[in-house]
Amino acid sequence: MSGRRWIEVGRLDDIPRRGSRRVKGPEADLPIAVFRTADDRIFALVDRCPHKAGPLSEGIVQGCAVACPLHGWVIHLDSGEAEAPDEGRVPVVAVKVEDGRIWLAPPQSCASRKRKVA
Amino acid sequence: MNDACNRKERLVVVGNGMAAIRTVEELLSRTPDRYDVTVIGAEPHPNYNRIMLSSVLAGEKTVDEIVINPRGWYDEHGVTLITGNAVTAIDRAAKTVSLGDRAVLYDKLLLGTGSKPLAPPIPGLGLPGVHAFRDIADVDAMIAASELHRRAVVIGGGLLGLEAAWGLKRRGMSVAVVHLMSTLMERQLDATAGELLQRDLDARGIAFFTDGQTEEILGSDKAEGVLLADGRQIEADLVVLAIGIRPNIDLARAAGLDVNRGLLVGDDMRTSDTSIYAVGECIEHNGQVFGLVAPIWEQAKVCGARLAGDDEAVYVPPPIFTILKITGVDVFSAGALAAADEADEEITLHDARRGVYKKVILRDDRVVGSVLYGHVVDGPWYVQLMREKADVSAFRDQLVFGRAFAERAGAPAPKIDIAAMPDSEQVCDCNGVSKGRICEAITAKELTTLDAVRAHTKASASCGSCTAKVEAILAHMGGAVAHRADPAMCKCTDHGHDAVRRAILEQELKTMAAVRQALGWKTADGCQKCRPALNYYLICAWPETYRDDAQSRFVNERVHANIQKDGTFSVVPRMWGGLTNSRELRAIADVAEKYAIPTVKVTGGQRIDLLGVKKEQLPAVWGDLSKAGLVSGHAYGKALRTVKTCVGSEWCRFGTQDSTGLGVKIEKMCWGSWTPHKVKLAVSGCPRNCAEATIKDIGVVCVEAGYDVVVGGNGGVEVRVTDHLVRLATEEDVLEHVGAFMQLYREEARYLERTAPWVARMGIDYVREQVVTDADNRRALHERFLTSQRMVQNDPWAKRAAGAEAHEYNAMAEVV
Repeated sequence: MSGRRWIEVGRLDDIPRRGSRRVKGPEADLPIAVFRTADDRIFALVDRCPHKAGPLSEGIVQGCAVACPLHGWVIHLDSGEAEAPDEGRVPVVAVKVEDGRIWLAPPQSCASRKRKVA
Repeated sequence: MNDACNRKERLVVVGNGMAAIRTVEELLSRTPDRYDVTVIGAEPHPNYNRIMLSSVLAGEKTVDEIVINPRGWYDEHGVTLITGNAVTAIDRAAKTVSLGDRAVLYDKLLLGTGSKPLAPPIPGLGLPGVHAFRDIADVDAMIAASELHRRAVVIGGGLLGLEAAWGLKRRGMSVAVVHLMSTLMERQLDATAGELLQRDLDARGIAFFTDGQTEEILGSDKAEGVLLADGRQIEADLVVLAIGIRPNIDLARAAGLDVNRGLLVGDDMRTSDTSIYAVGECIEHNGQVFGLVAPIWEQAKVCGARLAGDDEAVYVPPPIFTILKITGVDVFSAGALAAADEADEEITLHDARRGVYKKVILRDDRVVGSVLYGHVVDGPWYVQLMREKADVSAFRDQLVFGRAFAERAGAPAPKIDIAAMPDSEQVCDCNGVSKGRICEAITAKELTTLDAVRAHTKASASCGSCTAKVEAILAHMGGAVAHRADPAMCKCTDHGHDAVRRAILEQELKTMAAVRQALGWKTADGCQKCRPALNYYLICAWPETYRDDAQSRFVNERVHANIQKDGTFSVVPRMWGGLTNSRELRAIADVAEKYAIPTVKVTGGQRIDLLGVKKEQLPAVWGDLSKAGLVSGHAYGKALRTVKTCVGSEWCRFGTQDSTGLGVKIEKMCWGSWTPHKVKLAVSGCPRNCAEATIKDIGVVCVEAGYDVVVGGNGGVEVRVTDHLVRLATEEDVLEHVGAFMQLYREEARYLERTAPWVARMGIDYVREQVVTDADNRRALHERFLTSQRMVQNDPWAKRAAGAEAHEYNAMAEVV
C-alpha cells in the first residue's frame, strides 16, 4: 500500500522464539506487541486483548496465536480475531522482515513521528 | 383409523424433563420401533439435569454440561422434539393435545409435567427481583442479579434453598436464609445434624433467620427486602423463593383425570384414563408425592416397561436418600430420621469438634434409616443394608463406625474394593445401575472413559456421588483403561496428566518436543494449558538436565514478579520463617522511596509486598534488595511460597518447641522448589496454633512430646483442614518427612492441583504409606527432593539484576 510509513523497530533475534516484545508509543497511543512464532514468522498486534485489555505481549505464543495472560483468551496473530467461542478482534499492525530487521507500519498517529531504539 | 394396523402407535409425551425422557429411554431400550414418539417441552432447552442447577448457579458447571440428552439424541432415536411450547389442553375423547392452535394426535399419552415452586401467600411476590429456583431461566436471572447486586435473601432452608444460598454466596453475594422451622433441612435431618449444618454454613458466611415466617416482600417497584412476622427486616435486592414444590397438575385436572395433591397413578403408572400414563414430580402414588430422583427413576423404569407391553412391571418405592450438593459440606440421609417408637433403636456417634455426626436407626435388627454429617462415605452402604433388609445384629457394635470397620474390625479403611464387590451390588443409586451392568457395558462397548460409561449406563450421571466407585470399576476392568479416568490435559492431546507423567519416565522423554512427538500431540506447539504443565513435569522428572523453557511459563514465573491488573508488578522478598531485621527493613524502605513504590503491605504469609512496581524498574529494585541479602520470595510462582511461624519457645510462655527456628530450617530446605501448584507451610509452637498450620499445605504443630506433621490443608475458597500425617520426635525427622511429602506431591499431583484436592483424591492412608510407613521410600523421596533443590536454589532476582533476560524487562523499541 502506498503512503504507508515503515519504521524499523529491531532485529528478529531480539524476540525469543514463541515469544513477544512490546514496542511502546507515546502515551496517547496504544503499545504494539510484536510476536515471533516457532517457525520465525513475525506478527504485530495492538497490545490490548479485546476482552479486558490484557497485555498480549505477556502471553504464551502457540502456533500462530497467543493466549492472553489475564483470562486465557486465544487471539490469532494473523487476523487479530479471538478464537471461538470468544468474540472480539484486536487491530493488526502491518509488519515486514528484511535482512533480519523488523519494520512496522504503525497506525497513522505514530507513523508520522520518529523512532528511538530503547 | 382403517390403516391402523399399518402405522405405528403414536406416543405423545408432555414434558421434556428428567422423568419423561428417562421413561422414553427405558421404552426405546426395550422396543425402539413400536411408537412414533413426539416430545413436547415448555422450556426452550433439550432435557437437562435439573438436580445440577445448583452447580450451574455456583459456577461449577455450565448449562451445556448439565444437558443429559442433546438435540442430536432425539434425532438419532427418531423422536420428534417440540421445545418452547406448552401444551394447553388434552381432549381425551378425540385423543389429542392442543399446542396453541395445533392439535397433536396420540394413541398413548405420557404426562411428565413436573412441579411448580410453592409460593407463600404474601404481598410482594410479583415484584421484580423475586425469583423461584426451578429452571434454567431462574438460574440465569439469579446469576444476572448476582452480577448487579450484593444482597440476597433465600426463603426456605431446605435442600433447594441451601443450595441456592450457597450458589449465590459463591457468586459473591451476601446471603441470608429465612427458614420457617427451628432447624435446617428438617425433613431430611434430625435436629443435631441440622444444627451442625447451620454452624458450618454460618462459618462460610451465610446468615440464618430460623423460626422466621415471611410476612411480606418489601419494595414498591422492585424487591428491597423481606419483613418477618416477628418484626425482623432483612434488606435485599434479590429474593429467592425455595420453600418447596407442588405437583403441576393443571392440565390433568382440566382434562378430568383423577387428582388429589398430585395426579393419581396406580402401581402400573397409569392414570384414571388407561391411555394416559404419568411419571415424576406431577404424580401421587399411594398418598406420596415425589421430589427426589431415585424413586422417579424407578417410576420411569416401570412406566417404560408398561408402554413397551410388559404387563408385569410394578412400581415399588425404593428407599429414598438425600445428598446436599454444597462443596465441602457432607450431608447424607436415608429413610427414617429417628426412632418412631420404643421398638426402634438409635445408635449415634457425635464428635462435635470434628463436626462428625452419625446416626443409624434400627428396627428388628434391620437398618431403617440413617443420618450422616461430616463423614458420609458409608451412606450408600446403609442404603444397601436397608434395601437388602439385612440382619445387622452380628456387627451392630461396629455398625456406626462404617463398613470398613464393621467388616474387618481393627483394619484401616480400605479403598473401594472392586474385586470383592458382588455383581449385583447397586453402584449408582440415582439410576439403579449395578456393578454387573457397568462391567458388561465396559466390555461390550470397549469403554475407556468415565464419560463413555456415563453415556452408556447412566452410572454416576445424575448426582455424581458414586463417581469414585464408577472410576474404580473402570480402573479394575483393565490396566491401561484404569488411568483413563485421568481427564485429557487439554485440546492438544487425549492423554491425561497421569499418563503423560508416566510416559515421560518410562520412555525417558526429555524435551517438550519429544513428549509431543511420542504421544501424538495434535498441535505443533501445544497451548497455554499443556505447555506450563509439560515444562513442570520435565523439570520434576529430569532436574539435573532439563532446560527450563521460559516461553512455556506464565508471565509471572517468566519475569519473577506478580503482574497486577494495571500491568505493574509486585515484589515480595523472602523473609525466612517470617523473620526480618533492621537492615532488611531499611533496604525495603529505601527501595520504596527511591522507586516511588505506591503501596507497601504485609501479606497473609508474613512477608512484605511492594506493589505498583513498573516492569522496567524490576531489575534495579531487585539489585538494591540483593545488596541487603534479600532474595526472591517466589510469591509469583507455582512454587514454595512461605513458611509462616509463631514465636515459639524462644519467647512465648506457652511455646513447647522452637517453632521459628524450625520454620527457618524448613524454608531453607524447600525454597526455590517448583511444584504443581503453590505450596504454603506453617509451624506453630503449641497446639494453640497461632501460625494456623492446620489450613496449610504442610503444617507442623509442636507439642510437648515432639512435632505433629499435618498435610493437605487449604484456607482458600474451599477451606480444608489438614489430615494428620505423623507425630515425630526430632527436627531432623520433621525435615525428612516434609521433604519426602514435598517430593511425593511434586512427582504425583497433576499440574495446578493443590495439595488439598490431591490428598483428598489419593486418601491420607496412601500418603502415609508412602511417606511414613515405608521408611526406605521416604528416604528415597527426600533424597530426590534434595537433588532437585541443588539445581534451583540460586536467586533468580540476583541473576536478572545482573543483566540476565534483559529482553523481558525492556521494550524492544519506543516510537516517540
